[in-house]
Amino acid sequence: METLEHILLQPFRSIAETPMFFLEVLIGGLMSGVMYALVALGFVLIFKASGVFNFAQGAMVLFAALFFVGFLELGWPVWLAVAGSVVVMVALAFAIERVVLRPLVNQPPIILFMATIGITFFLDGFGQTIWGSDVRRLDVGIPTTPLIVGDLYINQFDLFAAVICGLLVTVLALFFQFTPTGRALRAVADDHQAAMSVGIPLNVIWTIVWSVAGLVGLVAGVMWGSKLGVQFNLSLIALKALPVLILGGFTSVPGAIVGGLLVGAGEKVAEVFWGPLVGGAVEDWFAYVLALLFLLVRPQGLFGERIIERV
Amino acid sequence: MIYRETGQFKASYAADQAIFRLVEDRIGMGAILFLAFVVMPLVGSQYWLETIMLPFLIYSLAAIGLNLLTGYAGQLSLGTGGFMACGAFSAYKLATAFPDLHVLLVLVLAGSITAAVGILFGLPSLRIKGFYLAVATLAAQFFLLWLFNRVPWFTNYSSSGVISAPPLAIFGDIWVTGFEATPVAKYLFTLSLVSILALAAKNMTRLKIGRAWMAIRDMDIAAEIIGIRPMTTKLSAFAISSFYCGIAGALWAFVYTGAVEALAFEINVSFRVLFMIIIGGLGTICGSFMGAAFIVLLPIFLNNTLLALGLAEAVALASHLEAMIMGALIIFFLIVEPHGLARLWQILKEKLRRWPFPY
Amino acid sequence: MTTAATDLRLDSRQAATGRRQRRIGGVLLAVENVSLRFGGVQALSGVSFDVRQGEIRAIIGPNGAGKSSMLNVINGFYQPQEGSFVWKGERLARMRPHLAATLGIARTFQNIALFKGMTTLDNIMTGRILKMRASFLEQALWWGRARREELAHRAFVERIIDFLEIQHIRHTPVGKLPYGLQKRVELARALAMEPELLLLDEPMAGMNLEEKEDMCRFILDVNEEFGTTVVLIEHDMGVVMDISDRVVVLDYGKLLADGTPDEVRNDPRVIEAYLGLVHD
Repeated sequence: METLEHILLQPFRSIAETPMFFLEVLIGGLMSGVMYALVALGFVLIFKASGVFNFAQGAMVLFAALFFVGFLELGWPVWLAVAGSVVVMVALAFAIERVVLRPLVNQPPIILFMATIGITFFLDGFGQTIWGSDVRRLDVGIPTTPLIVGDLYINQFDLFAAVICGLLVTVLALFFQFTPTGRALRAVADDHQAAMSVGIPLNVIWTIVWSVAGLVGLVAGVMWGSKLGVQFNLSLIALKALPVLILGGFTSVPGAIVGGLLVGAGEKVAEVFWGPLVGGAVEDWFAYVLALLFLLVRPQGLFGERIIERV
Repeated sequence: MIYRETGQFKASYAADQAIFRLVEDRIGMGAILFLAFVVMPLVGSQYWLETIMLPFLIYSLAAIGLNLLTGYAGQLSLGTGGFMACGAFSAYKLATAFPDLHVLLVLVLAGSITAAVGILFGLPSLRIKGFYLAVATLAAQFFLLWLFNRVPWFTNYSSSGVISAPPLAIFGDIWVTGFEATPVAKYLFTLSLVSILALAAKNMTRLKIGRAWMAIRDMDIAAEIIGIRPMTTKLSAFAISSFYCGIAGALWAFVYTGAVEALAFEINVSFRVLFMIIIGGLGTICGSFMGAAFIVLLPIFLNNTLLALGLAEAVALASHLEAMIMGALIIFFLIVEPHGLARLWQILKEKLRRWPFPY
Repeated sequence: MTTAATDLRLDSRQAATGRRQRRIGGVLLAVENVSLRFGGVQALSGVSFDVRQGEIRAIIGPNGAGKSSMLNVINGFYQPQEGSFVWKGERLARMRPHLAATLGIARTFQNIALFKGMTTLDNIMTGRILKMRASFLEQALWWGRARREELAHRAFVERIIDFLEIQHIRHTPVGKLPYGLQKRVELARALAMEPELLLLDEPMAGMNLEEKEDMCRFILDVNEEFGTTVVLIEHDMGVVMDISDRVVVLDYGKLLADGTPDEVRNDPRVIEAYLGLVHD
């Protein structure tokens, strides 16, 4: 009884007692949620346009970050390193379309999913074979000093990340809504066959989508890399985008963002207020178990379309 | 002409239902069993028995477990490592709480506990499919590992975090775990267990329960209409698969490494086992063995090759190359031969049927 | 159509009706006032009809008339918003796929629903699953009931294989079979359930003449030899008029007519809605 009360009530009491601290934790969580959302965004783009559940998005984040930081270490100026990484990611999109997607077209989604697990391992191995597996510091000049608003300490870096994420989503939304390519992408997302029948080249569209996802991955990689250093762990952090997607729905960009925020805030609050009571490191599984419970109640996610099965 | 069914007529349905329908297959299997049970213990060095054969056999068992779930019942799982950890820690708790419990009973009970846990995490499969389910099984992976890592009850409040498996004997003083166990005893014990469980798996897959799994995998709607209950069928796949993974995990901790630690069952293990069944062949028991052999031998081969080439820092490089090769092979097999090595083996046999004639 | 084929059909029809008339018994299944909606689409509205023991009952109607939906309602795949069933005099509030299977309702699909990764034999053996009792332990050990059952059911399934003349493809994975044979394997799987009521959704769609005749013969044989009641959806009017005892006509989800082939053929509403287009 006492332990139960300890776990169920105590944390709420401490939340009530230290509202400012709670707010800080919450904001911190929301900010890292933004980072999850960045990764999840890449997933959603690819899933919408090609129906492929791209497990390798996390690996693409690491891959992009490794090349970016590698180029910087070679003494390249920042703009050249950015250009170089963009070229790498576009080339990667070409390669994936050519080598993996095209031969596997019309296979069941689960086969494509497993193929992207293969891509994950290949990219992790490839990136580290070239650049090694040491942790690299990445400093692109984002200020890290805390910002003080009233009684609140807010990490400036996190704020910066949120702004970047907002910009990225706006640009993507504009791109999808107002360019011919964007229209073609939406058509493909709606119905492959119909899109092909009106002359939209599927292969080109896929390459573009994977390139865009690669660029989103690059942004996410640079942000995560500046925060935690560029290292193999990035690939695992990016895995958390999966529960984010389940919460938000696989096909929804707003879903990715809201899901990211929910997961980020939820796991931080759980870690800080409940973690010490059960041995800590609740962050490791919180997002997954949340997603699991969510799946039982609402499998299509917050913003996903309802799955209707017909015979 | 070496391998052919011509002239081998089946006089009864029993003969036609046999696992090895051809004399050649039966001879081949006999030879493999003879090599494994008699020749290997006689000539195998400690390195071979302990460093290659033990992990190979245990991984094969885990791969069979995952293959039942993913290859036969079509439910993708990324939680294999979590279930193996569950088996290892259940066995540890059982063996320390009841020191007199026989090792076989410990293993079976540990497997049964894991089966119950498997059912729990399999519940979402009733509502969701494919990669949704894969994400749900990731929850099992991360949550179970965290549980064993952080809740001290599971490690009997040990302070070091690394706990050694208690010694257990199969009969009298023939120890199969702990320091006194000889490599040969450990090897033969594991081999016997894996052989029996593999045979049981083969039997299940060719009878009612296996057909129900495959029916759900291939077309769940049609399966429902012939009276197969999706719920019991999927959950039975989760239960039996987890039973196998649980025993594999217990063997890993007790017989192979001798230490019970959650870190041994990280997410990478889940991926490795998944790769084994993709490379070996989804929906085949013998493919599980082939895939396990491949994935166990690949790093050893790479390490030795790089060392022979005289490359410094070969260990890290080898692991990166291993990841690359595994990834590339997964894609290769999914594109070229989704039925994996087992199918290639079958094709070879078809060729042998006609050899040396072109047709 | 060749005269030989017509003759064959007429022969079988005359022979069949003669023998079958005596066999038709009481009401096996009555569908009462069934209405089914998908969102705003009314797929079925207030449809009632009955199926008598031992008869061949056809459901016809233009595309989108709700024929397949009707079958899906009968074997419990769709839950209608209104309506009920009477099975052998017993009222059932709702039908579920598993309940339908235990009652003895088997089914084939318009676009073949076989288990593509399994062999012909395994596919047909799945039809026996409801009749198998062995525990998983017995199966794992290939022992006791598992062994006895497997061999007994195998013997039964072999009779169906002989009956449908598919011995040569016993061990072939069904995914590799041509369309006509797949249809036949699907029928075999349904027959393996020893059904009392067999629902066939366009069993002859996409077949050539020869395959159609084979299929007609199988359906009539099943009906005569095993006394199985058949409900079938078919677009080929010749086939429907030849082999069925009574015909239900659906149009836009409503029951348009119900009666013997001759009655239906002469019903002015049916001619207007459907047959008129064919005969002109």
